[in-house]
Amino acid sequence: MIHEEFSTDSRTRRTLSGAARVLLALKVDGPLAVGLALTAAFGLVVLYSASAENASMLLRTVLRLVLGIIIMLSVARISPNLLRRASPWLYGLGIVLLLAVAAVGHVHLGAKRWLDLGPIHFQPSELMKIAVPMMCAWYLHERPLPPRLGDLGMLGLIILAPVGLVAKEPDLGTAALITAAGAVVVFLAGLRVRAIVILLLLAAAGATLGLRFMHGYQRERLLTFLNPEAHPLGAGYHIIQSQIAVGSGGVFGKGWMAGSQAQLDFLPERTTDFIFAVIGEEFGLLGLLVLLLLYAYVIGRSIYLAMQCPDTFSRLLGGSIALTFFVYVIINAGMVTGLVPVVGVPLPLVSYGGSSVVTVLSGFGILMSLFSHRKLMG
Amino acid sequence: MRIKDHWREQRMFNRRAWFAGALMVLSVLAVLGRLYYLQVVRHHYYNVLSLDNGVRTVPIPAARGLILDRNGEVIASNRPTFDLDLTPDEAPDLKDELGHLVRLALLQQSDLPQLMRTIASHERFDTFPIRLDLSAQEVGRFAVRRYEFPGIDITSRQARWYPFGKLAVDAVGYVGTISASELAHLNPAEYAGTAVIGQTGVEATYEQYLHGTNGYRQTLVDALGRPVRRPGVLGKELHFKAPVPGDDVVLSLDLKLQRLAEKLLKGQDGAVVALDPWTGDVIAMASSPAFNPNLFARGITEKEYRALIDDPRRPLFNRTLRAQLPSGSTVKPALALGALTDGVIDAHQEVLSGYAYHLPHSAHLYHNANHEYCGEMTMRKAIIMSCDVYFYRLAHLMGIDRISSWLPQFGFGHRTGIDIPGEDRGLVPSRAWKRRQFANPAQGEWFPGDTVILGIGQGYFLVTPLQMAHYTAMLATRGLSYEPRLVTGLRNPRTDTIHWKRPVLDGNLTQISPATWKVVVKAMVGVTTDPKGTAYWEMHNSTYPIAGKTGTAQLVREGAKGYANEGSYHADKTLKQLRDDAWFIAFAPANAPRIAVAVLVEHAGWGSTGAAPIAHKLMDAYLLGPDGKLLADPGHGPFSEPAHLPPRVTRGVDPHMTPEQRAAAP
Repeated sequence: MIHEEFSTDSRTRRTLSGAARVLLALKVDGPLAVGLALTAAFGLVVLYSASAENASMLLRTVLRLVLGIIIMLSVARISPNLLRRASPWLYGLGIVLLLAVAAVGHVHLGAKRWLDLGPIHFQPSELMKIAVPMMCAWYLHERPLPPRLGDLGMLGLIILAPVGLVAKEPDLGTAALITAAGAVVVFLAGLRVRAIVILLLLAAAGATLGLRFMHGYQRERLLTFLNPEAHPLGAGYHIIQSQIAVGSGGVFGKGWMAGSQAQLDFLPERTTDFIFAVIGEEFGLLGLLVLLLLYAYVIGRSIYLAMQCPDTFSRLLGGSIALTFFVYVIINAGMVTGLVPVVGVPLPLVSYGGSSVVTVLSGFGILMSLFSHRKLMG
Repeated sequence: MRIKDHWREQRMFNRRAWFAGALMVLSVLAVLGRLYYLQVVRHHYYNVLSLDNGVRTVPIPAARGLILDRNGEVIASNRPTFDLDLTPDEAPDLKDELGHLVRLALLQQSDLPQLMRTIASHERFDTFPIRLDLSAQEVGRFAVRRYEFPGIDITSRQARWYPFGKLAVDAVGYVGTISASELAHLNPAEYAGTAVIGQTGVEATYEQYLHGTNGYRQTLVDALGRPVRRPGVLGKELHFKAPVPGDDVVLSLDLKLQRLAEKLLKGQDGAVVALDPWTGDVIAMASSPAFNPNLFARGITEKEYRALIDDPRRPLFNRTLRAQLPSGSTVKPALALGALTDGVIDAHQEVLSGYAYHLPHSAHLYHNANHEYCGEMTMRKAIIMSCDVYFYRLAHLMGIDRISSWLPQFGFGHRTGIDIPGEDRGLVPSRAWKRRQFANPAQGEWFPGDTVILGIGQGYFLVTPLQMAHYTAMLATRGLSYEPRLVTGLRNPRTDTIHWKRPVLDGNLTQISPATWKVVVKAMVGVTTDPKGTAYWEMHNSTYPIAGKTGTAQLVREGAKGYANEGSYHADKTLKQLRDDAWFIAFAPANAPRIAVAVLVEHAGWGSTGAAPIAHKLMDAYLLGPDGKLLADPGHGPFSEPAHLPPRVTRGVDPHMTPEQRAAAP
């Protein structure tokens, strides 16, 4: 196992294989890289079917993966100290970009989420998925833990400022994910259970209040989730069709490229948010178990890496990256199977879509950096 | 300010990490539980839903069975029709294309508004006909310009076709478009893709055999309902079921005789029914005037239907089953048989029958039809001459109760049970019946005068031509009643085997003695052979003995306006629509009958001159070979049923033949 060779101390370093030496030099965690690669490969196989053998879509995904890997490798080489010092700047840049979106953003499908930068469309909210936990970890780094009330107020501000801007775009899914990424840092920092309970109650109250300020379609989505059959051809269509796809797949699935729901266009958003349903239909319960095992492996390894980090910033940020990744997976799976309302959360490393892959891989790049530089930090 | 305790923070972080791990395991378990529910517990339910989504079942209608006569001649078949079908999604400029079709005279400008509504009511990916039944020229005109009409194409369908038009339409019936009320009683799965259903006649009765079993083809459709080809998707779920053609129906009709019957009735209003007395098989069945069933099979227009309904000669009215008229003197043999059997009168007793009959204690005179003088009458003479005065007296002697119990035994007053719908009952009056008809008890009383005129088949007594033929067949067989039937067998078109249906024996008048039969049948032969017989002039030159009886059904009470009655009835002086209806019933050869015929000619005047020649020509055509000699096996065709098929006997009926019946049987 690479993992064991890699985690041994200097006495046996001479016996390392060539590949391991390369990984070490690149500051890359082999086991995590293997898990990510397998997940992405599985995703490509599914996307080939879900996109109806669309070669250009596949090529774009591969290019994005390559871009993501390059960013991941680059970020992995950056020292955690630099990352920590850069956190406020990155966060500040993110806020500025979000404001820019609000001012001159590109409108697509009724939402103003994109900044038009020539050939690429860039979503600043994606940056915030990383920048917010970095900022939170930065803030808590020098402070004694668990955080005190005043710190919580400050953290709340750090999290809610960008969340408010993103929710306004409107992009509830990303706003929820950014909130989760920041909240996870606070949770890992040791926030008292009593405080957690109070915060959850506050959140519930806020959500009730928020319902009144929701956009029509957002409230619709929520109500539809509660009773999808009331709008079988309208807003409930997504939920019904994705459950039919998953349910009709059974234990073994209908076979690759043989899912009728996916192949005959009954399943909406089948290359993006609902690709989980394609896997359920074509590869069945077994296919979904394989996918969930791959995710479990990636997340487990990430938490392990985070636990190995010696300083607060690294631990909190690393843990947040691992847990946020889990949140992506569980929300997407819950949404497709009808457990949670439809929110635009892609299935990480599998769903088609640009920014998300890059964000996820940069996150893992940070995690690798935090882990592989741990000895140098002292 | 607190000091950071790195060791403590590390431990706390680890605790939190494990705690988060536990939360993650729990939420993954929730998702797995949900997946188990969707993919294992409710897999079947969702699988059915996904098939409903992606699979469209296109019905393939079965070929409707043919209808053949006993000679194998096809009287109802299927013909390919060419329709113009439109798929709106494939037509880039629909309005332009329709306008072009109008210029080619393939559509009428006036059809367009209705057509646009039809198009609007369909899905864009549906294919449906916009013009039915193109002629060969129209097909050609479209075919050479087909490339100018994307989304429009010629499709071939099967339509019912009656090659001989109105021939035997009252027996065969016709198919018509399935109505909404019929649809409510049908299994929609069985009729998916079928446009027509049997409406009358054999087409209606044997619908379930003729229809066959529709097949289907399943194709993939995408979410927009567009048919798609995706090999591999649901490959195992797409089924094909070939349609099973309907059974062919073999009729007892002999179309050669049917044609002759219709020809003989041509121009007149009337009906002919010819039966095989030993099976109940209908050899010919004609009602005149008739109509062309192809009008209904291709979808009758409102205008055409109005024309048929408004025709004063009522071509849609099936006289064979539904005309209910007085029998006239044709009822006399039945009354004679009843009276002799009951001992009311002695056959050889001479009864002085003058110009008229009057009831005891009554001055009202019941005249002979022609105000003739009969003289000393035996039963035989009275039947031969059709002496009304004799039968007025006979009816009075029998009384209404005997008469109303005898007539139903000859099949009157109830349906014969023929295997096509629409038959009327006719009417045998009785004391109880009359009481029910009148609210006033004084009027509802049965008067002796009501009985007297029953003796000559007038009054309340009503019969249908089919009942008349069935009664004649009972006289022919000396009392055997076979249920009349048009269908003798069902042919499986794939195996070419015929399942023959057994005749149904539903009555046997064994209580009538051979001597009584002899008297009445000989008298009926006398009708055609005795110079005094009422049909002597029409039939005396026959090469085989014919037993017959004339009848004249009086429609209007004597003295009515337009009814010439100065001294006697003069048919030619009476307005045509008020003239009496002519009946003639006959069976032949009298000693071993093979055919029983009833002929009705409405407003013809006298039974002998109006109806008897038609019966005679039909019997000649059926019984005689080209050499003018009696055929050994008349009416035999390749599709006539095998001989000696034992009948199915209705409960309570004596199946044994009397010596007289055995002697007459073929």
